[in-house]
Amino acid sequence: MSLTTSSRKQGENQPDDGASAAKPPRIKIGKSSEESDKKGAHRRVKDVEICVPIVYGTIAFYLGRKASESQSHKWTVYVRGATNEDLGVVIKRVVFQLHPSFNNPTRVVESPPFELSECGWGEFEIGISLFFHNDICDKQLDLFHHLKLYPEDESGPQTTKKPVVVESYNEIVYPDPSENFLARVQNHPAVIVPRMPAGFNLPYPVSIESVNEREKGDTKDHPLSQWFMNFSEADELLKLAAARQQVQAHIVKLRRQLSVMDGPPPLLKQPTGYDYT
Amino acid sequence: MDAKDILGLPKNSITQEKKSRPQKDSQRKPDGISREVYALTGGFPPLIPAIEASQLKKRPPSDEKITWQWLPFTNSARKDNLHLYHWVRIVNGVPPTGDYSFAKYNKMWTKEETDQLFELCQSFDLRFIVIADRFPSSRTVEELKDRYYSVARAMLAARAPSPGDISGHPLVKEPYNVSQETERKRALSMVLSQTKQQERKDAEVLAEAKRITESRMVARGAEESELPVPSNAGPESAERAAIPSDTVSPSANVQHPSAAVAPSTITVDNASILASLRMLRVYLRTYALDQMVQAASSSAGLRTIKRVEQTLQELGVNLKPRVPTKAVCAEHLELRREILTLLNLQKQLQYKEAEGSSYRDGSYGDTPGTPKHLSHGGDQDRIFVPDMNFAGERIGKRDQKRKAPGRLSEAPLPAHKRPRKLKAADL
Repeated sequence: MSLTTSSRKQGENQPDDGASAAKPPRIKIGKSSEESDKKGAHRRVKDVEICVPIVYGTIAFYLGRKASESQSHKWTVYVRGATNEDLGVVIKRVVFQLHPSFNNPTRVVESPPFELSECGWGEFEIGISLFFHNDICDKQLDLFHHLKLYPEDESGPQTTKKPVVVESYNEIVYPDPSENFLARVQNHPAVIVPRMPAGFNLPYPVSIESVNEREKGDTKDHPLSQWFMNFSEADELLKLAAARQQVQAHIVKLRRQLSVMDGPPPLLKQPTGYDYT
Repeated sequence: MDAKDILGLPKNSITQEKKSRPQKDSQRKPDGISREVYALTGGFPPLIPAIEASQLKKRPPSDEKITWQWLPFTNSARKDNLHLYHWVRIVNGVPPTGDYSFAKYNKMWTKEETDQLFELCQSFDLRFIVIADRFPSSRTVEELKDRYYSVARAMLAARAPSPGDISGHPLVKEPYNVSQETERKRALSMVLSQTKQQERKDAEVLAEAKRITESRMVARGAEESELPVPSNAGPESAERAAIPSDTVSPSANVQHPSAAVAPSTITVDNASILASLRMLRVYLRTYALDQMVQAASSSAGLRTIKRVEQTLQELGVNLKPRVPTKAVCAEHLELRREILTLLNLQKQLQYKEAEGSSYRDGSYGDTPGTPKHLSHGGDQDRIFVPDMNFAGERIGKRDQKRKAPGRLSEAPLPAHKRPRKLKAADL
């Protein structure tokens, strides 16, 4: 697996071009844009939400015979697409912030796959900062992940064969993407773009500098992919739907009970004797 | 008495005890103060009497004539000529002499003291800490500094040909400020002696304050946009909700629930949170969900929120969705809202039942089953017991126990007609 680590100082996240994304006016749908991509960088698309599902986490192997006091485990921290597609389409670089006891604890990964491997003995919180391409946004997104080395089940000696895997699913949401961004990613497998209204014209997709020269950045054939967890929304949706049904049924019952208490006395079929004069 | 007989103990010992006890009691009771007050001090006589009780009663010496007069006095410590009056104790017609007794607390610098100070300053090269150590009368470092610098300034001013000449001199431009210095040093020592926990708390508070000011700025931006949000509810909710994305940390960090916001409807809160989310260039789905959940529970107390979470757990739902997609988050939010509604309804029902039962108990005597509702306690907290067909059992139970209001006008049913309690055999 390709690993690129460098110890560049964090903070060099200024946009390369001078174009700052000032607050742009909303565009009207249907306006055809033959303008240069510069305008497309500023024009934003209202009501279209771009979503990038990601999974981030750690996989840690016990080193067994090769373990030493200070290096008992080999672990990898990473951010991957939830369907293992190439995240390089949106992410420019990822900065992993390690425990200060590591040499150069700020590790910058400039290209996908965005991962970092190290050896150590201790569990700690890893800071993961995502930086996006210039046509997307200049704000970074921060995640935190607790590195787990030791399995829950403490019984028995540690095995070198089965790693300790902890992954978290999340989605990056871009609520009002720029036209350029949208044009660039709308057909990319890593990105979820809703259906565009008919007649919507986007500028011709402009590729970013390094995209073409890059090697493939997806994690489909990643050496660790056998350990990747599955995140299916179907299970959760089912459970939620069932729970909602239960709650709704309960609500109906309670409402009925309350109305019975509040309302007039129920109709009794027994003749009271006073109705007939 | 009989017990003693049985045991074969002598009978007289009881009466002996009774007699000795009252004596002991009166021995314990102190003179001069009530028993209860005495008990407050520990109930035992002190090892050494602080003040002799006898002294307290006979104090004024018989050969002295004591009178009190309302006389004027002056205070040498004051700069103004304030004349006040107070009661003065006159012994044999002779008023007391001397300055106002509290004047001595005004820290006066005698020439002698000042000379000593300057000598020390000379020999110790203005090292005030050393000087303070060697100074004969106890003065704080700040007092010494203040005296030295003010005298030096006065001398400078006196020797200078004109005031303008010395205006640039540091002694004049930045005069020593005693109160500020004292305060600064006190604050420094406090910071130094802070424990790690206090440090952390302070950092948290500062971070929170920073977040609030930043979100206020975003909210101001949200106000200026064309979103149709009512002005008084919108900015406040946006304030609470909008946190710039560069401080987003969804899973690990603790959410800081902000202070109470002015009451507003749920839909308004939701709209303003959606608005503020749209203002962000990028955010995480879990962050958005957290904001919406917070908004939904903004009107609920802490206990209600805990009950919502308990209910979620009983239903087998993760408090934070494991796969937070857009659809899952929407469902999760709706579920939470529905649970809130459910809890509110339950509460309403409880109140109604409480009202109803007290009414019925008052006027109609025997009403089987109702008091038990109120003492359900733990039962009522659990709405969804796992693996239980609550639709059949629990609600059925309630229905059977509670009587319809129509019954109020009739006599209570005879036992065989009353709804019978659910028995194990029924299941």
